[in-house]
Amino acid sequence: MNAVLLLTALPVLWPMLTMLACIACAGRSRWQEGVAFAGAVGFVAITVALLAGLADGAAYVAHFGDWPAGFAIAFRIDRLGAAMLAVSALVLLAVLLYPARVDASGPVGPWSRPLLFGLMTGVGGAFSSADLFNLYVWFEVMLIAALGLLVQGGRAAHFEAGFKYLVLNLVGTVWLLVAVGGLYGVAGQLGFGQLAAVLPGSGQAALVTVFVALLLLALLSKAAAFPLFFWLPAAYPALPTPLLALFAGLLTKVGAYGVMRVVGEIAVPVAQPLLPALGWLAVLTMLAGVLGAAWHWDMRRVLAFHIISQIGYILLGVALGSVAGLAAALFYTLHHIVVKANLFLIGGLMRRCGGSFDLRRSGGLSVTRPALALLFALPAASLVGVPLTSGFWAKYLLVRACFAQGAYAWGGVALLVGALTLYSMSKVWIEAFWRRPEAPAAAVVPLPWRAWVACGALAAITLAIGVYPQTLIAFAEAAVADLALPNGGGR
Amino acid sequence: MTNLLFALSVAAIAAAGLWLALRRDLVDIVIGLALVGTAANLFLFGAGRVVEARPPLLAAGETAFAHAVANPLPQALVLTAIVIGFALTCFAVALALRLAGGREVDGDALSAAEPPPARDGEPGGLP
Repeated sequence: MNAVLLLTALPVLWPMLTMLACIACAGRSRWQEGVAFAGAVGFVAITVALLAGLADGAAYVAHFGDWPAGFAIAFRIDRLGAAMLAVSALVLLAVLLYPARVDASGPVGPWSRPLLFGLMTGVGGAFSSADLFNLYVWFEVMLIAALGLLVQGGRAAHFEAGFKYLVLNLVGTVWLLVAVGGLYGVAGQLGFGQLAAVLPGSGQAALVTVFVALLLLALLSKAAAFPLFFWLPAAYPALPTPLLALFAGLLTKVGAYGVMRVVGEIAVPVAQPLLPALGWLAVLTMLAGVLGAAWHWDMRRVLAFHIISQIGYILLGVALGSVAGLAAALFYTLHHIVVKANLFLIGGLMRRCGGSFDLRRSGGLSVTRPALALLFALPAASLVGVPLTSGFWAKYLLVRACFAQGAYAWGGVALLVGALTLYSMSKVWIEAFWRRPEAPAAAVVPLPWRAWVACGALAAITLAIGVYPQTLIAFAEAAVADLALPNGGGR
Repeated sequence: MTNLLFALSVAAIAAAGLWLALRRDLVDIVIGLALVGTAANLFLFGAGRVVEARPPLLAAGETAFAHAVANPLPQALVLTAIVIGFALTCFAVALALRLAGGREVDGDALSAAEPPPARDGEPGGLP
């Protein structure tokens, strides 16, 4: 087996092997923890190797079984996929470093680590696969593993959350399958590259528009875009904190990645009716998410609605269809995965110190826990988009791209939603950190050092990107320039 | 004619599935979604064209097909989709039965994971 083939397959093979190893030591919790952590370290190393090999702009391509292109199951990892893999691996590492039981949000059972790596197998496959049908398969792998993680708590709330998640995702899955079938019927191809070559000359623009729209709709439901986001706040808060952080960071972003891939590769001939529609959906997603967050008082629900709002920003960048827009979307995605996972992890620490996820019942943490307040302030500021954090550059790039293309309404809403995000995060800050607590302060419980390291490292990444964004901006622009974009630039 | 019949049957299955999926009982929802999934599988199969054809096998020595052959790719795709759909349906049935516990359960009653509304319109607290 040659080295390129192996390296291209490793983002799927490695989590799968780690999953098997975790199953093998399911009875010994300590061992399993060690194996899982080693697996995450190995995954980070693999993604670093992939990124290093892609510095000159090529892509890792593997046709399994040596079948010719068009017949083989193909993996193709370009810089877009490799960047998503790298940030996923980092978040996985942080989540596994974070202790399994920090707060009372539920147990992390013997099957959660194997399922976690099953989930990562799906994530790795989705970022590597070079055709639509494989993308569908990897989404299903993610779905079944995510369901296992949702229901492993074993209480009524978990089963309900799992059922809602399953039903709404099954609908998205059916759309995805029909869209894949339809595009195959029109083009006779499924690979991204082959579809990009065949679709413009197919002579069936109406059919192609319908099926690409259905494909985007399916991916939007996986990404929790308006109006298909109901499953997310219904399901996520049932998870224990470390798993919740991973779900929040990664899963919807795989859907957003799918949208990027489809718009960048195969939606080029039908961009005209679809991209403006996607843009307005993104605007509604931003607004619906941030308004939901403003209403809720449960820390996890506030943050869950912010996921939806931020997905709107990412989709807005994609809807611009230009190098600047997609680069902003990619930058936003990478920044957002780190920040969102970190906020949920810190939310678990706040629960442990304050006694409740309900903001009305906590308070006074800035006096009892100044270090935790500082740790929370960093990703919160980044979510809002305060300068010197990664979120500022993400929003700046996005709004600049909007205005450069004359999309003033979209850019304006993005700024407005930024202000509403500030309102929502100030609510968390004022209630949990500033307000005098109603009950006399409980004894200060010690926080585990591993949680400090995990959250601190993610916060440091946010700060580092915020202080020195050039490298990542240049990388994002180079990565999306590999795609064939509808509105200028690209291949 | 075959194509029309095929399309009509897919539509009928999808309609039946949709009708069941929109009902309130949990088990009905799951069966409905399984039917919709079946319709999607048949659609995918139809994307490879429904024609009278032979298996795409070459005899020893031949280099080209002398007759119309079936397209094996959609069949392989459908097989994969059936396996995935079957697994998910089994899981969904188990979940629905666990939630229902033998009773007929209204989907709207699933609220253990949601904050109950408080009297002033604010969201209530969760434990």
